[in-house]
Amino acid sequence: MFPIIRQRQLSESVFEMDVEAPAVARKAKAGQFFMLRVDEHGERIPLTFSDWSPSDGWIRFIFMRVGKTTHQLSHLVVGDSLTDVVGPLGVPTHVEGVGRVAVVGGGVGAAVAYPVARAMAEAGSDVTVILGARNRELLILEDEFRALPLKELVVVTDDGSAGRRALVTEPLKELCEASALDHSMAIGPAIMMKFCAATAREFGVPITVSLNPIMVDGTGMCGACRVSVAGETKFGCVDGPDFDGHAVDFEELMSRQRVYSDLEREADADFSRECSCHR
Amino acid sequence: MPPVDDTPAEKPRRRPSRAPRTPMPERDASERARDFAEVSLGYSEEQAVAEANRCLQCKNPTCIEGCPVNIDIKSFIARIIDGEYAAGVAVLKQRNALPAACGRVCPQEEQCEASCVLARTKEPVAIGRLERWLGDFDLACDLEHRCVPEVGEPSGASVAVVGSGPSGLACAGELRRRGHAVTVFESLHAPGGVLTYGIPEFRLPKSIVQAEIEMLRVMGVEVVTDVVVGATYTLDELLAEEGFDAVFIGSGAGLPLFLGIPGENLNGVYSANEFLTRVNLMKAYEFPAYDTPVWRGRKVAVVGGGNVAMDAARTAKRLGAEEVFLVYRRSEEEMPARREEVHHAQQEGIEFKMLCSPLEILGHDGFVTGMLATRMELGEADASGRRAPMCVVGSEFVIDCDTVIVALGTKANPLIAKTAPDLALTRRGYIAANDHGATNKPGVFAGGDIVTGSATVILAMGAGKKAASAIDRWLAERRG
Repeated sequence: MFPIIRQRQLSESVFEMDVEAPAVARKAKAGQFFMLRVDEHGERIPLTFSDWSPSDGWIRFIFMRVGKTTHQLSHLVVGDSLTDVVGPLGVPTHVEGVGRVAVVGGGVGAAVAYPVARAMAEAGSDVTVILGARNRELLILEDEFRALPLKELVVVTDDGSAGRRALVTEPLKELCEASALDHSMAIGPAIMMKFCAATAREFGVPITVSLNPIMVDGTGMCGACRVSVAGETKFGCVDGPDFDGHAVDFEELMSRQRVYSDLEREADADFSRECSCHR
Repeated sequence: MPPVDDTPAEKPRRRPSRAPRTPMPERDASERARDFAEVSLGYSEEQAVAEANRCLQCKNPTCIEGCPVNIDIKSFIARIIDGEYAAGVAVLKQRNALPAACGRVCPQEEQCEASCVLARTKEPVAIGRLERWLGDFDLACDLEHRCVPEVGEPSGASVAVVGSGPSGLACAGELRRRGHAVTVFESLHAPGGVLTYGIPEFRLPKSIVQAEIEMLRVMGVEVVTDVVVGATYTLDELLAEEGFDAVFIGSGAGLPLFLGIPGENLNGVYSANEFLTRVNLMKAYEFPAYDTPVWRGRKVAVVGGGNVAMDAARTAKRLGAEEVFLVYRRSEEEMPARREEVHHAQQEGIEFKMLCSPLEILGHDGFVTGMLATRMELGEADASGRRAPMCVVGSEFVIDCDTVIVALGTKANPLIAKTAPDLALTRRGYIAANDHGATNKPGVFAGGDIVTGSATVILAMGAGKKAASAIDRWLAERRG
């Protein structure tokens, strides 16, 4: 069992949770993920983390309430435990010597962008972070990013309620236009990563994307997470989650992410009904 | 565990029964294809004794050589004949920690039963069914009356076993018997490997698997779930930091193979591994009581001809599919699946489309709508002796289906190799190990599917046991 030692609500639907897991916290690296299960009846879901402490043995997960499992997670409080935390899985993000780089973190993708940008900056790269969200309420980790030794932090929201009123692709395009980038990275919803890749492609700037396909075991055994990269099938869990954004078939990824949406809605509706009964 | 006396007692000469092989009681196909309860019901005591009495008790029991772990078959059958069931269990457990599982899933017809003297003229003794019956007899006893193999004097050495599937469990049990401390690391949340995630409930109930693993725990084997060796710990960390003297890698089958044809990433295309893991390990058949969903196809095409393909097809049927097709490029005769599984699948209404190979998976809006396939014919026998299938030109046709399950086997999982660059691999990425399971890395041994590629439960167990002996010798040499 993996006890929850701190919990914080970052917005109406985004939550942060520190979980005690000393064996795995020792090994975490930026860009990786963990598989977890809430209880004995739970599904296995991949979850990204924004921070961790090898010495104190905890991992900080950030998640958005979207379906039953994340809904259930959001109801847990300090003292509750997760049944399973497995990892760290996936290939860590390449952070050494990336030169002048833009890291785009959209929505909850900011949770992954944070340790990635930090590691890149620590490795001596020139890091600009573009932090985006639909609105101020959904913008997360702004203070944390401000505390990093970045070249610049650009905050954008769709409605202008915080930072610039823009999509993340606008500042990315400006950086590309100014020939200010050797590399770029995008982490967020598939549709955002798709448009970031399209923007970078115009200027011949390489882009790494961190994909979030559906997974079951997370160790390569099932192939649920397969994605087409340069026409070849890759497994998100063992080959990724980072891939060349110019080679990823985003349409396929988005279609595959929706495969269980009806069933997921059904499960979450059941859970919500159950919850309101207990209240 | 009482010591087993193998010297034959003075007994009046017995006359073996000449009755035909006792059939296995099974649930009716139309009833069983609607739920996940076990298909084969197992012998009653009377049936087990009647079947045991068919055994000739040969002077030179060839059946034992046919068993990959050399169970003393003659002796355990003799104990059934004598009504000494607990002693029979003890004989089994000398060689096999998982008799109730192996009695159900071993391909006995190619192993012990193929070597039975009776098989030359009539039907062999149903050795597998008798093994299952004894295994079940043991599990039906109270915990304190079950047969727990004797554990050796503590050796002071400790061994990490990577993977809790057949090879890992066999290795762990054997090492404990020799007095070594054993910790088994499982990457999933439940132990058992393929016995848990792969083989369906209706063929191998999960309660049986967990009960047999529980007996290993009683022997002192520690089982730790949620640990991915290669991620949570590297091999070097296990040896240098976690205090293990040796490691056995039995991490099992790897990444599922796909066909490499267009449409394979459409929604509704599963690897058999994913489909079976969702249903068996995650209990998707009880969705939404369990959270993991599975796509319940109306018309399901399963590609492949092995036991896993049969398991997937029969599982799809149980999830409510109206039609399930088994698409295989050779003919029924060449199918690698056990005859019993093929027979059960046919009884349950799985439609066999033999000499038929997929060309493309068709879809609309991201979801599967059918499969374009071609007829095949068998050409000359190749080097392996199997006749090579060849496309019949112009014979393309469409199979109407909304789900495709690909059961073509697996390739090596790279997780451990990636974090142990000094571990020698074969050209195909499997771990290179000698006949005793030793790898090129001192103190590291390996066996089962991660060495051989996809094989059977009992072959993996045999490899695990062999490696345990090698580990035992290696530890002794190191102590000097």
